[in-house]
Amino acid sequence: MTKMSGAKALIESLERQNVDVMFGILGGAVLPIYDHLCKSKIRHILCRHEQGAAHAADGYARASGKAGVCMATSGPGATNLVTGIANAYMDSAPVIALTGQVPTGGANTSYMIGRDAFQEADIIGITTAITKHNFQLRTAAEIPKCVKTAFYIATTGRPGPVLIDVPKNVQTEIADIDFSNGIQIRGYKPTSNPHPLQIRKATELLAEAERPVILAGGGVITSNASPELMQTAELLLAPVATTFMGKGAFPETHPLSLGSIGMHGNPVANKLLCEADVMLAVGTRFSDRATGQLDHFCAPTKKIQIDIDTAEIGKNVDVDIPIVADAKKALQALNERLAKQLKKKAGTPWTRRVKETKAQLNPPPKAGAKELKPKALLQELRKLLPEKAIVTTEVGQNQMWAALYFNALKPRTFISSGGLGTMGFGFPAAIGAKVACPDRPVVDIAGDGSFRMTEQELGTSVTEDIPVIVIVLNNSVLGMVAQWQRMFFKGRYSAVKLGSVPDFVKLAEAYGAQGLRARSIPEFIKAVKTALKSDVTTVIDVPISMEEDVVPMVPPGCGINEQVGDY
Amino acid sequence: MENKKTRVIAALVENKPGVLHSVSNMFRRRGFNIESITVGRTEQEDLSRMTITVNGDEKTLEQIVKQMNKLIDVVKVSQLEPENIVTRELALIKVNIPDNKSRSDVINCVDVFRGRVVDVSPEALTIEITGTPDKIDAFLNLMRTYGIMELARTGLTALSRGVRSIRIEE
Repeated sequence: MTKMSGAKALIESLERQNVDVMFGILGGAVLPIYDHLCKSKIRHILCRHEQGAAHAADGYARASGKAGVCMATSGPGATNLVTGIANAYMDSAPVIALTGQVPTGGANTSYMIGRDAFQEADIIGITTAITKHNFQLRTAAEIPKCVKTAFYIATTGRPGPVLIDVPKNVQTEIADIDFSNGIQIRGYKPTSNPHPLQIRKATELLAEAERPVILAGGGVITSNASPELMQTAELLLAPVATTFMGKGAFPETHPLSLGSIGMHGNPVANKLLCEADVMLAVGTRFSDRATGQLDHFCAPTKKIQIDIDTAEIGKNVDVDIPIVADAKKALQALNERLAKQLKKKAGTPWTRRVKETKAQLNPPPKAGAKELKPKALLQELRKLLPEKAIVTTEVGQNQMWAALYFNALKPRTFISSGGLGTMGFGFPAAIGAKVACPDRPVVDIAGDGSFRMTEQELGTSVTEDIPVIVIVLNNSVLGMVAQWQRMFFKGRYSAVKLGSVPDFVKLAEAYGAQGLRARSIPEFIKAVKTALKSDVTTVIDVPISMEEDVVPMVPPGCGINEQVGDY
Repeated sequence: MENKKTRVIAALVENKPGVLHSVSNMFRRRGFNIESITVGRTEQEDLSRMTITVNGDEKTLEQIVKQMNKLIDVVKVSQLEPENIVTRELALIKVNIPDNKSRSDVINCVDVFRGRVVDVSPEALTIEITGTPDKIDAFLNLMRTYGIMELARTGLTALSRGVRSIRIEE
């Protein structure tokens, strides 16, 4: 037991959780914490907007598998984190958000929680629906236990963001602090081991299957279960489709890979998923963007669903065999039984069907294309980047082109805002990912509309020396909504034109970053090569047509096998 | 469409600030409907018990229990078996009494329903009645002929019959 201030106890608690970096912006209500932070070995990255800090923590978490930490002051600082917290919640990313708060009491009682004090916001009330859990500290003595609990909750089971609200008087309070207390949360006991009976049933169903398919979601990446997934696929000779969040769980160049399913899924994945007789779904919540119209979603297919979150079983899609467990442990158990029970299979009519469908629906790219189309650009980008390079995306057409045409090869190398669809996510997330993996190239595949929402983080990337590459597919419109207005509103453009401002090359230069422009594929290749060698952030402006659609596409209200447009 | 049914969910929750908010907020955000909710302390002082009456089809009821279980401060949740529970509600009713004849009629009704008169004034009687919600509804229907001036119902609370319980072993 040591006497110290709440602020010091908080920083020391974070150090004890092996936090080495945090993203944030300070302000009046967190000054005592920052006064100790500058003496700590924790690296603080000063962002330019709290939303950027939250997304950076999210990107850091997804790239590293560790919890990402962000911090903001009370009131507007805290509310600016909200979009980032909601984003992490939807995509199950372990993020710890620390917020300052006005005091709970003290000499000047008009400056107190509940009195509408200056920069007071009820961040606990605001974030209850978008955090896995949140805490408001009342005493300094409870800080070590609270921080331990927050990290435990954020990183175990189905991960998610946890917020700790720290009133200013708790930061300055001197108390006896004990870091040795263990934690006990009686209302939180995540299941991780699969039930053997369910594994047996699943094995029997899969062993009998003639046309098995695996649907891998983000949960496979979260639980680091890609090696096990590969083993399952090869044991069963089952093709693997991923959800958008599952991109990277299985190498998309593997002969058994079908690509990702969904509204802008690969037509091979959408088609073959619907032809399977047994589906093994792992770590996916069957989101509406993935399944399309539910009545058309593989109704006759027998379904096995592995998920660590009981509430995801049967929430959107009814399943035949539910398995509540960690994806890695469940697949290990399944593989063990399958290996014993399965006869080694040679090619079957189903594997031939997979091969033929891929050849038919995913024709190889034409060699030597010069015209700058997103498809060709992304296929070239894949060739230019090493396997372990990390790609983030913004939200909109850029994201869906990336889903369709950029092959993810390894887990945690494709980071995007899947659930919330947050424009502005990609760039700060790239900064976070680069901080987590400084030795790997990190590229944000961006659109001009999204990039503009968090472009001020160029300041962060330059001053904090975090070089990333931003590829702006610049069509001067909010492209995805423009596409929908073309397709579903008779081409009436309403409020989508952004104009050709700013000049992104000059914008980058204004921040001390490198700005390049590419008007053709050869120019693009040259620009990426230059950017990969650069030790400062590079923005590559790529002007494209505003008329360009993302196809293929499943129109809203249709089943995923009713896709329109060619790959 | 599957038939909707009314069910009682009992939950043991941490007895600390904000728990009622997180539970009710989850119901609101997921579009589940609370028909009534009662909260009170239990024999374990750090736990409260919530009794929530909900209406929905089988799938919705299952989701309600699962989503409640996900809340960190909810320690235990159970959907009580409708054929195997004791349910009670308490109502306080202020009834208008225009004349002496009405007064004795109302008191007779109170006796039949095994209620109690808890306050008497020249123009009104305040009645306490306990029972299942149906019984209280029936009594209220009778009282409407005299005029209900004010009504406060606690909402339903319930326990399983026999030795079954949702106690937490420490």
